[in-house]
Amino acid sequence: MAAGSILAQYHARNRRRGLLVVALGLGALLALLADLMTGPAGLPLHDVIGALTGWSEVSRGTQVIVWQVRLPVAVMALLVGAALAMAGAEMQTVLENPLAEPFTLGVSAAAALGAATAIVLGLAIPGLPPVWSVSGNAFVFALGALALLQLLGRLRGGGTAVLILFGIALNFAAGAFLSLLQFVASADALQQLVFWTMGSLSAANWVSAAILATVLALTSPFAFRASWQLTALRMGEDQARSYGVDVTALRRWALLRVSLLAATAVSMVGIIGFVGLAGPHIARMLVGEDHRFLLPASLLTGALVMSLASVLSKLIVPGVLLPVGLVTSLIGLPIFFALILRGRGH
Amino acid sequence: MSTGLEITGASVRYGNRLVLDGFSLPPLLPGQVTVLAGPNAAGKSTLLKGIARLAPVQGQFRLDGQDLTRMAAPERARRIGVMPQTLPSGSALSVLESVIAALRAGGAHHGPDAADRALAVLERLGISPLALDPLDRLSGGQRQMVSLAQAIVRDPRLLLLDEPTSALDLARQVRLLSEVRRIAAEGRIVLAVLHDLALAARWADRIAVLHNGKIYAEGAPETVVTPVMLAEVYGVEARVEHCSQGQLTVLIDRELDRSPG
Repeated sequence: MAAGSILAQYHARNRRRGLLVVALGLGALLALLADLMTGPAGLPLHDVIGALTGWSEVSRGTQVIVWQVRLPVAVMALLVGAALAMAGAEMQTVLENPLAEPFTLGVSAAAALGAATAIVLGLAIPGLPPVWSVSGNAFVFALGALALLQLLGRLRGGGTAVLILFGIALNFAAGAFLSLLQFVASADALQQLVFWTMGSLSAANWVSAAILATVLALTSPFAFRASWQLTALRMGEDQARSYGVDVTALRRWALLRVSLLAATAVSMVGIIGFVGLAGPHIARMLVGEDHRFLLPASLLTGALVMSLASVLSKLIVPGVLLPVGLVTSLIGLPIFFALILRGRGH
Repeated sequence: MSTGLEITGASVRYGNRLVLDGFSLPPLLPGQVTVLAGPNAAGKSTLLKGIARLAPVQGQFRLDGQDLTRMAAPERARRIGVMPQTLPSGSALSVLESVIAALRAGGAHHGPDAADRALAVLERLGISPLALDPLDRLSGGQRQMVSLAQAIVRDPRLLLLDEPTSALDLARQVRLLSEVRRIAAEGRIVLAVLHDLALAARWADRIAVLHNGKIYAEGAPETVVTPVMLAEVYGVEARVEHCSQGQLTVLIDRELDRSPG
């Protein structure tokens, strides 16, 4: 094969990947529209678009439903999916482990423990408005868990396998403390806590969406800028170092970004499994491991999956809003397995 | 200004173990291929890692008069190419993508011609037909060729090869080593760990034998590869023969009993 034709194929492949990323973005937007249409009262697409853009007259009620009730939740679904999948993608690469994600490393469990300290014990960060106390504590615990992981990892020499083991240990430890709090909790607090740990978008509002959007907007550009370094890390730490990558700094900054993203997302919507793990894996099957494509594709896959889960959580049992964390796991896993098995085929 | 690689008074660690201590190596010169030989666990790979600063080192490491231990990582990466024993498995990156990443990740090369340069290296090594294949579908030998491509794509002054032929068949060994000779002839310094002393004698200008944390012998292959060295360093009774074209062969008769006392 001539060099020209190989290069042409390489560039064509990259163009195709670029188009796939755009398609994922469009898919996420369509899912957002579907999310706005579904609910206790179904809204036709025409009304949703009318309310969003003002191109056509819609009733005051429809305006309120779309803007005040459904849009914050639907936008939050996109943002949470994007944040968790982005965090998962970076984590999997810098820890060189395909199982790494906020959930497996115990970040979610720590966040749940933090939420429990607010719900059961009534602890709150001084100065924070009471409505934010659950999210505030969850955030502090999640961030603390990641800081602890990094500290322990560094003490032990920074091996990535060790970090994963610490994460698993942390998962169990946080789980045990959570059970203890559940054991002493009042019936009321227990119900609230169980609901929180199932992961729910229903508490989302414009403020929480804006906070998560800000964190995503502040961290993602740095991740995108590190695309080549992250791609090089797929060749192993020593190789990446020999290419001139400062792996220690790359890892430290990536884990800081991941910590902020995961802690913010989990503290606001509770435990959402699967998206952080499967989002990056699905993206990898679609666009490969060149991180210039993998990172945006992971982000958008996460957003798309989460938005679809939000739609399904309203449709599966008519009239009942299921916790979205349950839906991502129940619906996502079979799709994920199918993709893995198909991927083995060729 | 001096040219070449000079190592004096070096100590290199592997984990917590001090592998080399107060170690010195006669200067390695541009245009020459030097083979680092010695028994297992003598510290050969660790020395290569130390030179590339992939392992912590102390002492003098100078490349063309410049202190390697004080050089910024991207600058060092531009001058040193490392070919490891193995590449990690399980990467779906294509061969071409991995070589482009080796060129661009350190930040030394930004140009849009990165893909062209990477492909040119693959062509030079005769593996351009694999360019678009994912790494995890390659054989061990193919991966080794890719790893050489990743090492030379930044056009380094110093090339460090860790058992570059261990997974290669006979024809590919010859191909790789002739290519390494050509790379050296372009004015580069090549230091390679090789276990096969006959192969080393055929392709290297100099051989340095590492034993007990010191250089046991260093010099032209004929002067280094001797029955005495083979007995003292490797503990084997062996003959060193020259075939009709003058090439050196090592014929091993038996293992010597090295039990102390």
